[in-house]
Amino acid sequence: MANQQTSASWSSGKSLLRHGDVPFRIGTVVLASAVVLLVIAIAVIMVNASQEARQAFGLDVLFGTEWNPIETEVAPPAFGAYPAVRGTVLSALIAILIAAPLAIGIGIYLAELCPPSISTPLSFLVELLAAIPSVIYGVWGVFVFVPFFNTVFAEPVSQSFGLVIPWLAGPIATGRGIIVTGVILAIMILPTIASLTRDVLRLVPNTQREAMLAIGATRWEMISQAVVPYASAGIIGAIMLGIGRALGETMAATMLIGNSQRISESLFLPSTTAASLVANELTNSVSSLHESALITVALALFGITLLLNLSARLLIWYVERGNRGAK
Amino acid sequence: MKPSTNYRWRKLVDQVMRSATVVATGCAVIPLVAIIAYVIAIGGTAMSASFFTDVYQPPDLPTQSEDVANEEVPFNPDDPFANLEVPAPENADGGLAGESDEMQAVADAYAAGPRGGVLHGILGTLMITGIGLLMALPIGIFAGIYLSEYRNERLATVVRFSSDVLSGSPSIIAGVVIYVVVVLQTQQFSAIAGSMALAILMVPIVTRTTEEMLKLVPEAMREAARGLGAPTWYSTFTVVLPTALPGIVTGVMLAFARGAGETAPLILTVLGSNVITMSMFEPMAALPLLTYRYTESPYIGENTLAWGAAFVLVMLVLIVNILVRLATRRVGVTR
Repeated sequence: MANQQTSASWSSGKSLLRHGDVPFRIGTVVLASAVVLLVIAIAVIMVNASQEARQAFGLDVLFGTEWNPIETEVAPPAFGAYPAVRGTVLSALIAILIAAPLAIGIGIYLAELCPPSISTPLSFLVELLAAIPSVIYGVWGVFVFVPFFNTVFAEPVSQSFGLVIPWLAGPIATGRGIIVTGVILAIMILPTIASLTRDVLRLVPNTQREAMLAIGATRWEMISQAVVPYASAGIIGAIMLGIGRALGETMAATMLIGNSQRISESLFLPSTTAASLVANELTNSVSSLHESALITVALALFGITLLLNLSARLLIWYVERGNRGAK
Repeated sequence: MKPSTNYRWRKLVDQVMRSATVVATGCAVIPLVAIIAYVIAIGGTAMSASFFTDVYQPPDLPTQSEDVANEEVPFNPDDPFANLEVPAPENADGGLAGESDEMQAVADAYAAGPRGGVLHGILGTLMITGIGLLMALPIGIFAGIYLSEYRNERLATVVRFSSDVLSGSPSIIAGVVIYVVVVLQTQQFSAIAGSMALAILMVPIVTRTTEEMLKLVPEAMREAARGLGAPTWYSTFTVVLPTALPGIVTGVMLAFARGAGETAPLILTVLGSNVITMSMFEPMAALPLLTYRYTESPYIGENTLAWGAAFVLVMLVLIVNILVRLATRRVGVTR
């Protein structure tokens, strides 16, 4: 290496200075590898700890409908986390259906339409909100949003549409349930999706915009036909990251979904999510099988968020690279 | 010339959609601002001297009246329910003495204002997060240096991806892993286990910001150091790191703020406590845990404390982010 030769001539007497590069490189490589090892260790530990339940039940741990940790005379212990899987998927689905259009709108506004004097503070606000701890959203949800949501949305809807559509049926008892959790999750993932959307939109080269405007397009035609399609892979990536965050969110879900193992058809009624199931039961687990089943649920969550993250990163990276090619 | 219908239609679509993005931004900003406003407004009322100096005080429930509590009926196998029929002393007006008073006192206790404070939570959060940060710093900073100084190696891609996996995986995963490895093995919930779980979550933040900040250091500075004959390690520690130091410090502060607000991993590792504990090998209190538990509490006073603890956490996040904003702006200028 060229710099090693120069360093040799510079300090021929100071061997530490000259040979410092070797320990430096070893040190950085070892500590950087620790990050990789951490991920591998997490996976290995969870696979090992979940072995008992996986061998006993196989995929039924995730798709069985009976969750009964305590053995009684009438019911043997059973571990089927379908209620939690269902609650997780439905609440994340509601969250993304609300958050994605809004967040894309915000991303477009921040990147394309709004004057810089608004853009900077607004971007700061959005980033700040992504940094607020999830337990805060939980507190606000429990004390402020749930009562508000019940009087404004849940009660009227369950008494009108709910009479016809069983998904929206009442009665609203505590007010905690899948829909209200989904709405809070939507608020939580909005900043994530919006700021990533803004970032990928800013990567779109100006030639795209200029070409479109030059042939007489309106601003919106330019955005919808030349800017967004160019960045679409990145926007999909941002949405996937949002889904990942909604699926794995623990505290807000635990505090708002009601933590009930019953499968109720109505989305206004309490349910549970995978993460809140683990948070509620792991420290109180009654048997090693129970513990192992909960860790299997956590492992599934880890696997799914890992896949989502991997594909999202690939999509965003694809847009970034495409931009470099176009310049 | 009159504009064609087609043109007017396109113009209309343009205006409608552009306004729609403004409406979307408004829809999103309102709840977000509302959260901060509520936390400041309600949490602010919980602020008092005792909030910061006192620990948990149990609700002021009335003790059972003495004549009832002291009366022990010996167990009689012929009449096993005898001790349930505690003779109630009668009031002057014939009603049950003490009962309405007692119920009133219970109701008062539920509705009473906050008692005690969260000093144990503040100290616990500082200790757990601080020690977690100390664990995360060497890995995070050196991984960041590696990613920035050897950025094109194949291992760098793997490290970067692993760091993304860590930051993208749900925080409860860190709790589960430490629960299995530390809590189950030692048969003890402990603050140090919580620090380890938080360290897992803080490593990717420190790594990422260190990498980003080191990349902002102009290549010319590295070349100048090299031109003077400095080896890579020497130029990294004396030229590159000091230049990027403000940025790295802000990254560390961000990691601290993120770690201090994490709740889910602490539920599985630290468990919580009602007193000040100074041993890292025992369960400890932490602000987010108090926020969570007091929110679920039936006592109004404890609910207020939950808002207070939330207020402290939000202030921490707010202050750190504003400081980071100021610091990165300065970096942006020198760039």
